[in-house]
Amino acid sequence: MIRIENVSLSYRDVPILRDITLSLDRGGIIALVGPNGAGKSTLFSLMARLQPLQSGRITIDDLPVDRTPSRQLAQRLAILRQDGAVASRLTVRELVGFGRFPHHQGHPGVEDLALVDAALEQFELKALSERFIDTLSGGQRQRAMVAMTFCQGTDYLLLDEPLNNLDMFHARQLMRSLRSIADERQRTAIIVLHDINQAAAYADRIVAMRDGRVIADGTPDAVLTQDNLEAIFGYRMQIEQMGGKPFVLHHL
Amino acid sequence: MPDRRLIILAAIACASIIAFMTIGLRGNMVFVLQLRGLKLLALIQVSVSIALSTVLFQTVTANRILTPSIMGLDALYLFGQTALVFALGGLGYASLNGGLKFGAEVIVMIALAMGLLWPMLRSRMDMSLMLLMGVTLGLLFRSLSALLSRVIDPNDFAIVQTASFANFNMLRADLTIIGTIITLGAALLCWQKRHVLDIIGLGRETAIGLGVHWIRAATGLLLLVSVLVAVSTALVGPVAFFGLLVAALAERLMQTQRHALLLPAASFIAIIVLVGGQTILQHGLGGASTLGVVIEFAGGLLFLALLILGSRK
Repeated sequence: MIRIENVSLSYRDVPILRDITLSLDRGGIIALVGPNGAGKSTLFSLMARLQPLQSGRITIDDLPVDRTPSRQLAQRLAILRQDGAVASRLTVRELVGFGRFPHHQGHPGVEDLALVDAALEQFELKALSERFIDTLSGGQRQRAMVAMTFCQGTDYLLLDEPLNNLDMFHARQLMRSLRSIADERQRTAIIVLHDINQAAAYADRIVAMRDGRVIADGTPDAVLTQDNLEAIFGYRMQIEQMGGKPFVLHHL
Repeated sequence: MPDRRLIILAAIACASIIAFMTIGLRGNMVFVLQLRGLKLLALIQVSVSIALSTVLFQTVTANRILTPSIMGLDALYLFGQTALVFALGGLGYASLNGGLKFGAEVIVMIALAMGLLWPMLRSRMDMSLMLLMGVTLGLLFRSLSALLSRVIDPNDFAIVQTASFANFNMLRADLTIIGTIITLGAALLCWQKRHVLDIIGLGRETAIGLGVHWIRAATGLLLLVSVLVAVSTALVGPVAFFGLLVAALAERLMQTQRHALLLPAASFIAIIVLVGGQTILQHGLGGASTLGVVIEFAGGLLFLALLILGSRK
């Protein structure tokens, strides 16, 4: 369980996050949504220990993120940023293999190699596995990064806009993979998402932020109402029910 | 099973070492071999420390065209030499105690590096700002040396000129051995950490995600780089582009960013260039030029080629 208690953060005197308290249970997909500048990515960096906490506390399975050794956290929490610049002269297989590093510290065992193979298979990277990262397209590289994150085999996955650069086929496939590890292995995926309909279709819970505050939190049905969406994004949009899921016509 | 390319590199490196030690042997064997052995040790020490420091520096800064000289260490060294000549005159400079000078130079350069790294370790500054500060300080030291060299008399200036290129002809055995021990220690440390280095090469955020304590790792590495640069600079003088040449060649040849392959490859290439180059200069060209000058020239050309090829890609 990830607990965020009274977390605030400001740059100079501009508040980015204002007193956020959330607890995220194990198992399931939690989508973080909100307009640009809402503080989603900042909250993400704090949870991922990429940035020091200014006030408040964040714990992952009761381990405080700011004081637990990085390696111990890496065995429980895998992160994927939007713009993970990657050294070029690495093959896809090497990159995905790095996901096992927190477990083997440079000496992969049979099990690690098998997990790498499985991740390559799962994200259809088998044919690309010996290619260098800098020869891939943006979407293929994103898939390799996602495969590395999955390969880390952690209970918690933090993904910052993982659907960037992915085509419809691979976006759907990624969301389905997340769904299956959440359902079958009780894992938790916390995703910053811009596509509200992906969140509606796959998330168990949606946390909506605006101006550094959480302004709506609950199941997709509860959060995706006309009033809530107007409060979050600043305009009224039509919502339909399709296949038992809310479908937001945000582009009309 | 070591990589085949590595074995070939190691073989060429051995061949250049043997050529360096044996070509044109005559006179008192023991004396000549002792002299050459000392020079060889210094050449290898400098090769390895420049190769390692450049590869490490490029890994931690995630930039393939930077060398540790951007931190301004060699500019400080040059300024130190100019200031010493200015203060003591050419004769006073020449009669300085070599051991004391070496020790002081290493300490001052490491002090500068610590001064640059300290704010970063306290997380008050990020790496690019630290590098920018290094560039600025380097510029300051270079301008100060230029100012001083305008003031001193031409004979003294000639001494400064000689000191500003790597020189393998005036070596002290004890200092060379100290330098070698430090470099050996650093090399062992790098080898032990080679897997972590691969992860650090992925960049800050990915490395943190994979369980690296970034600030500690990055500052530790930069400090190690500074020690290597300081020791080899104090021993023979600055070699700016040499590291770039070696690191770029190693990466081209090995086609990988795995440090288990990259570090030894870069070290072997450095030995080949430096020891082989010295042999050719001494015996082929009759000592017509200083190796340092030739390497700066070739390294500079390669740097331009890298920029042009890089921009075309």
